[in-house]
Amino acid sequence: MLNKQELSEIILKMVPEATFPEGTQLTEVIVPAEKILALAEGLKNNKETAFDYLISLTAVDFTTNMTVVYHLDSTQFRHLIVLKVVLTDRENPLVDSVSPVWATAEFHEREVFDLFGIRFNNHPNLKRLFLEDDYGFPLRKDFRDEINIIER
Amino acid sequence: MSEEIIKDVIVRENEDYIINMGPQHPSTHGVLRFEVCLKGETVKYLIPHIGYIHRGIEKMSEAITYQQVIHLTDRMDYLSAHINNEAVCMVVEEAMQVEVPERVKYIRTILDELNRIASHQLWWCAFGMDLGALTAFFYGLRDREQILDIFEESFGSRLLHSFNTPGGLMHDVHPNFQKRTKEFITYFRKKLPEYDQLLTGNIIFQERAKGVGYMSREKAIAYGVTGPSGRGSNLACDIRKIAPYGAYDKVQFDEILMTEGDTFARYQVRMAEMWESLKIIEQLIDNIPEGDFTAKMKPIIKLPVGEYFKRVETARGELAVYVVSDGNKSPYRVKFRSPNFSNLFVMNELAAGGKIADLVAISGSLDLVIPDIDR
Amino acid sequence: MNTDMSSKIYDFSTLTGSIDAALNSWMSPGLAVLTELVIIGLVFLIFYALLGLFLVYLERKVCAVIQNRVGPNRVGKWGLLQTIADLIKLLMKELIPIRKADHLLFILAPFIVIIASFMAMGAVPFAKGLHVLDFNIGVFYVMAVSSLGVVGILIAGWSSNSKYSLIGAMRSGAQIVSYELSVGLSLMAIVVFSGTMSLSEIIESQVNGWWIFKGHIPAFIAFIVFLIASTAEINRGPFDLAEAESELTAGFHTEYSGIKFAFFFLAEYINMFIVAALGATVFLGGWMPLHIGNWEGFNQVMDYIPSIVWFFTKTFFIIYVIMWFKWTFPRLRIDQLLTLEWKFLLPISMVNILLIAFLALMHWHF
Repeated sequence: MLNKQELSEIILKMVPEATFPEGTQLTEVIVPAEKILALAEGLKNNKETAFDYLISLTAVDFTTNMTVVYHLDSTQFRHLIVLKVVLTDRENPLVDSVSPVWATAEFHEREVFDLFGIRFNNHPNLKRLFLEDDYGFPLRKDFRDEINIIER
Repeated sequence: MSEEIIKDVIVRENEDYIINMGPQHPSTHGVLRFEVCLKGETVKYLIPHIGYIHRGIEKMSEAITYQQVIHLTDRMDYLSAHINNEAVCMVVEEAMQVEVPERVKYIRTILDELNRIASHQLWWCAFGMDLGALTAFFYGLRDREQILDIFEESFGSRLLHSFNTPGGLMHDVHPNFQKRTKEFITYFRKKLPEYDQLLTGNIIFQERAKGVGYMSREKAIAYGVTGPSGRGSNLACDIRKIAPYGAYDKVQFDEILMTEGDTFARYQVRMAEMWESLKIIEQLIDNIPEGDFTAKMKPIIKLPVGEYFKRVETARGELAVYVVSDGNKSPYRVKFRSPNFSNLFVMNELAAGGKIADLVAISGSLDLVIPDIDR
Repeated sequence: MNTDMSSKIYDFSTLTGSIDAALNSWMSPGLAVLTELVIIGLVFLIFYALLGLFLVYLERKVCAVIQNRVGPNRVGKWGLLQTIADLIKLLMKELIPIRKADHLLFILAPFIVIIASFMAMGAVPFAKGLHVLDFNIGVFYVMAVSSLGVVGILIAGWSSNSKYSLIGAMRSGAQIVSYELSVGLSLMAIVVFSGTMSLSEIIESQVNGWWIFKGHIPAFIAFIVFLIASTAEINRGPFDLAEAESELTAGFHTEYSGIKFAFFFLAEYINMFIVAALGATVFLGGWMPLHIGNWEGFNQVMDYIPSIVWFFTKTFFIIYVIMWFKWTFPRLRIDQLLTLEWKFLLPISMVNILLIAFLALMHWHF
């Protein structure tokens, strides 16, 4: 089981541009969007970290940017880590898909695409999951639906 | 079955014989549509279509208070309603750094385990019914009624209690709670061997379940399958052991692991878990400490700015709650990582190459609750 | 055969003979025969309908007892009128025509199934003297005619123009055709012992004991095989894949509603009765009371119970066992079902027949 210091050393070797916010509940890493796939593969294949289990892949819409949040766990060592990718382009947010690394990511990414509109490169089947094709992206903060959503 | 992973993009040929199971179907438990491509009786591939019961729980949570969010979590995996509630309560309590009284922890754990038994009973009923043993349905429900009566006496409702609130419980349990729970334990200990007599030892059932839907440990990890389905493939994923919460660190219980990874292994894991839950309740029920049923909390709860994460073990797997707070009384973003969402999408891998009857057995053994998938 | 032994058993042919004589005295012989045919037809229709109603009620009560509940008990005393209420409901339901279905075949299918079971019922000996079609190839006739039912099922599945129905019908066709062999061979076991295919003579040959006791082990094996294979023949119990509710909604009769559905439903229960009656006749003595060899006193006491009571008791005993199967066991998968037949039941039956032929030659039976 690695602590935050050791994890950050390993990650900095793989991705020197990573930053580590302070004062968070879990170890968090902010990586640039183009490095996420390399970091994901690295973290999974590295013998000391062995992050083979993707707990959840989701996104948060901070109105100036959208952040894709990856929660990872290791079935061997049971240490947790949070990866974040900050996307500033709201018109056409794009990031690499990590489904080659974790098979479950394929479906979480479809959900993120459905609810936020974030596209994933090299995704095997980027279709909407819950909603109709012309619905818009409801979990964005600037989403308005006069019929179904009552604003307070 | 071929070794390569069959991805969701499947080339649909013109001669494919496609039938739809669902959204109205007696054995998909909830509104779920399986698009099944058949060749004779064999399944070539299957594509699940979800979203029929998408209610936008995560979006709704952004407009209501934390206490109100708890009522929404009931309706996700309604068979583990209490455990879902507890997850949100614990996130709030840890963020506000509130220490709940011991009494609350004990009662929450006892109710968790009662809920787990009730959920597994209903799973057993439905599984037997899917396979054709219609009598199993009645035996399981008859025993489940005892638990639901206990719940009704204490909370007023049988299934969706919303009894937890940040800081503790809404009110104290009924004075009869302890006595009735102990009676239930004695009663159910006698009835559980009947379940084995009816289904587990039956040769027809074993032929239907053994060797069907094999899931290797690597596949379980890759697809994020947790809970009894994962433990049937030798994956030790019980959050009660990895990161204990409530009173779980004060009790002795075993984590049931099976190595075969087929439907029968998942079945046996759940049956054994019912015995373990009885053990846990027994260890706790006599020692509930006296005290308050809730810690002092302000009526309006505002979490400090930041992000919070908590995992619990529901009856079906690992539920993770991720809350982003900006200091207001409503969460800025709530993400519920539901166990059934990950458990569902491994179905294509397990069912391809088998028969339709196997498909029903596999989806029964994965124990899917569809509202949890769609949220 | 001791004919004076059977003399104590009430012979219905006195009753039927007197009706025949009365009719012949009122009208010309040809017209009398016609009237008799009409009377028998009506009696059969009414018996068929009442039996169906009663069997549905019985099933619901047996199922309820096994499942730890009460069953219908509101409509009429003890729920006896429940089935009549269900029948009225089914009669009043809309017959939904399917646009792309083959109309003629769609309407024809339930009738074929009903006709097949009706024809088989005619050959069942109900009591001494109450035997409508007394062929000398009785067993062969019943086997042949009950096979016509599978044609109705296949037609129903095909003409519904629905994928679910087709799958259900195909499964059912494969199943019934396979299990016919085992049923036939197990019935042949007793035919070899008794030396005749006529049902009434088989019963007469059991005057000193039922074949299941006289034929000891091979007859018992044949009985077990018969029970399993006939449960599969009638699409019931652990072999009800064709209408597996939890998999294919309703299999080959998914698209049927109202009275047509009622026909399929009814035919299934009557088939259960016929199969049980056949088993009771061939293995358990039919209307013959329980006689033990030469124990005259015992046999005469047994003779006082009317033969029709004996017949129905045995038949309902087998029906109860068949119902017990259904509500206890899970369902078999189609490949397991066919494996059971072709790899287990058929070889066992064939070896059994050889054994019985040997035993019959050596007279090593009672």
